[in-house]
Amino acid sequence: MAQGTALHSLGSKAQDDDAVFAEAQGTAERLSANGDGLISILEEIQEQYGYLPERALRAVAETTGRSLVDVYGVATFYRAFSLRPRGKHLVSVCLGTACHVRGAPVTLGEFERQLGVKAGETTEDGEFTLETVNCLGACALGPIVVVDGRYFSNVRTAKAREIIRRVRANPEWAHELDAAASGS
Amino acid sequence: MDRVDSLDKFSALQSRLVAALDPGSPTIVVPAGTCGQVSGANELVRRARQVLLERNLAERVRLRVTGCHGFCEMEPSVLIEPEGTFYPKVNPADMARIVEAVADGAVVEDLLFLEPATGARVRKQADLPFFRKQVRTILSRNEKVDPTRLDSYIENGGYSALARALRQGDPRWVVDEVRASGLRGRGGAGFPTGLKWQRLAEQPNGRGKFIVCNADEGDPGAYMDRSVLEGNPHSIIEGMVIGAYGTGATEGIVYVRNEYPLAVKHLAAALQQARELGILGRDILGTGFSFDIRMVKGAGAFVCGEETALLRSIEGLMGEPRQRPPFPVQKGIAGKPTAINNVETWANVPIIIQEGGDKFAKIGTPNNTGTKIFSLVGKVRNTGLIEVPMGITIREIISDIGGGPSGKVPVKAVQTGGPSGGCIPVERFDLPIDYDSLTKAGSIMGSGGMIVMDENTCMVDVAKYFTNFLKDESCGKCFTCRKGTQRMHEILDGVSKGEGGPEQLDLLEELALVVKDTTMCGLGQTAPNPVLSTLRYFRQEYLEHIEGRRCRAGVCKELITYSINEQCTGCRACVKACPQGAITGTRKERHTIAAAQCIKCGACRSVCQFDAVDVT
Repeated sequence: MAQGTALHSLGSKAQDDDAVFAEAQGTAERLSANGDGLISILEEIQEQYGYLPERALRAVAETTGRSLVDVYGVATFYRAFSLRPRGKHLVSVCLGTACHVRGAPVTLGEFERQLGVKAGETTEDGEFTLETVNCLGACALGPIVVVDGRYFSNVRTAKAREIIRRVRANPEWAHELDAAASGS
Repeated sequence: MDRVDSLDKFSALQSRLVAALDPGSPTIVVPAGTCGQVSGANELVRRARQVLLERNLAERVRLRVTGCHGFCEMEPSVLIEPEGTFYPKVNPADMARIVEAVADGAVVEDLLFLEPATGARVRKQADLPFFRKQVRTILSRNEKVDPTRLDSYIENGGYSALARALRQGDPRWVVDEVRASGLRGRGGAGFPTGLKWQRLAEQPNGRGKFIVCNADEGDPGAYMDRSVLEGNPHSIIEGMVIGAYGTGATEGIVYVRNEYPLAVKHLAAALQQARELGILGRDILGTGFSFDIRMVKGAGAFVCGEETALLRSIEGLMGEPRQRPPFPVQKGIAGKPTAINNVETWANVPIIIQEGGDKFAKIGTPNNTGTKIFSLVGKVRNTGLIEVPMGITIREIISDIGGGPSGKVPVKAVQTGGPSGGCIPVERFDLPIDYDSLTKAGSIMGSGGMIVMDENTCMVDVAKYFTNFLKDESCGKCFTCRKGTQRMHEILDGVSKGEGGPEQLDLLEELALVVKDTTMCGLGQTAPNPVLSTLRYFRQEYLEHIEGRRCRAGVCKELITYSINEQCTGCRACVKACPQGAITGTRKERHTIAAAQCIKCGACRSVCQFDAVDVT
């Protein structure tokens, strides 16, 4: 029985993989026809899955006629792409110069302690991915942290702890804040 | 809006829109760029709409949501037209009072800006010290224009520079005006724009030519391009269409970094609107001239701001720079001639064409004409975007516009030009800001980041920060950049820990010069600037780290200890803030920090209201 379950899950994974492959092919064909480049294709795939699955990269290589090495090269060259699944919540700490001199490394350290991961990693429970970004261009308000698309200004250690506590208590918290602020 | 198929019809449309405007009608302006929104501008807009509806004032008082006006420190702020009344840091709860005052033609005294030096209330934006010395030819348009509405741009004179250029009927006239203006590239290198355009115009036209707007604003600490794209996207489109007409370019591309979601959104909408009106696409305004622009999003690579790397990125490749020549203007995208200009450069073009190149050249100094936008950030009281005539001194910017240091300790240096620039010490603050003086001082103009540093900023740490940034962002093509930035970072990391002797500094200097001389692109050639400039002006600080094992700014963790002095009131704020539980003490008694548990994160110091946490 246990073996059966394992085989079954393997089977469904293979099917998922095929679905990923087909979908990525479709995206690549559609965007290539538009004259869009590889970067746009990968961006759209990443938007869909939160990362770039290997099968999707293979599909893009096959469809665009580029070698897999080229596609992999682009996928690893740019900071925006991730080859590993990311957590449900994305925490980006800005490490731009203005944020740096205002104490962003301390803020980042606090997030690392709170989440138990280093920058660039995802928590074991798959809840949080912690990332750094070089500058978000809101330099007057640093240190800036973006959680699930919502910008937070002047984030010191206490605020960092508060943010993580709130998101853990209510996964929709950052989205709700954003929606309330924009009046939609 | 219907398609406009002749220049006369465009002028008629513009006249109609302008006539419908009542410049005297009271208007509430809320800047809501990214930084405004982070501060809560959306909430102000929502509240203002609500009050206008509830009190039936929507007919009498208008509301305009715009991009960033520049004074980020005071956001969310509200500007009242036509008087120019300025309300800083507005609480949504006060919005109703402001709206009612506007309807009554009154002012809410207690919400006005409080001048810290005199304690007096200042009513008008133009009278604030932050705005007084500025010359805001580009940023002032951000106040007037709703970036999501094309008619808002047109009624403020938008696209009339394009109409003027098209009416002249001579592309050479456009290039001549830009040459006469003396405009130099605002991306940092300062190449004369008119000359670049002339070279593009001279290229054979058979297979098409490109113009590119470089909006890959990668310098950390610089965000003027974001502000212009978010706040006035049509000005970039207008500049590019004029540029295309002057140079014979057939296709345009805006390469924008993906870290700027609002800029991407506003630009995409603006491109669509311009196409619908007939300002982009085939037969622009019925003149037979065709040109279109598409947007390409970057994916987070600093090196893509370098023009040859940017071209490769547009082609969907890894953003590795290549050797020049051939220059992009000879061989660019897909081998076709390509001219690349920065966002701010393009934003200047409609102004030059409208007002005339000679008039533009009167602003600034002879070899450095026009205005430049800087992002004044870091340890300065008035942070924000400022637009000043070239040739203004650093001191005027930091003391007069910036209002001096943000904290109690004095300013020590200013960093310009991002990771490619350097630090200029306070002794040299009488230096005029222009491309040539800054280069001579060991920094560069760059795209306009200006990060103010005070006595609590460690210069070794700053150099370490930039080499860390650069070693991550080096594309790796040139060995000396790839390993050189890494090795410089390792040496600096050692210095920050008090390791090694003075010979490390000689090694660092030698290595920096090798990287400068032996790398191919701008990233590598300028990568040593943060190191060389801090060594040049702050060698003593470096030596203190190595010889005295001391970081006087209290930044380098390995060399400092935290302690609590007698000013402690026993308020327990630091006890609560300490992530390690390293601080003990009972209420109303002086607390103590257990050195063994302290991770030197600085949390206690940032919450202490009594200056009771010492770093030695």
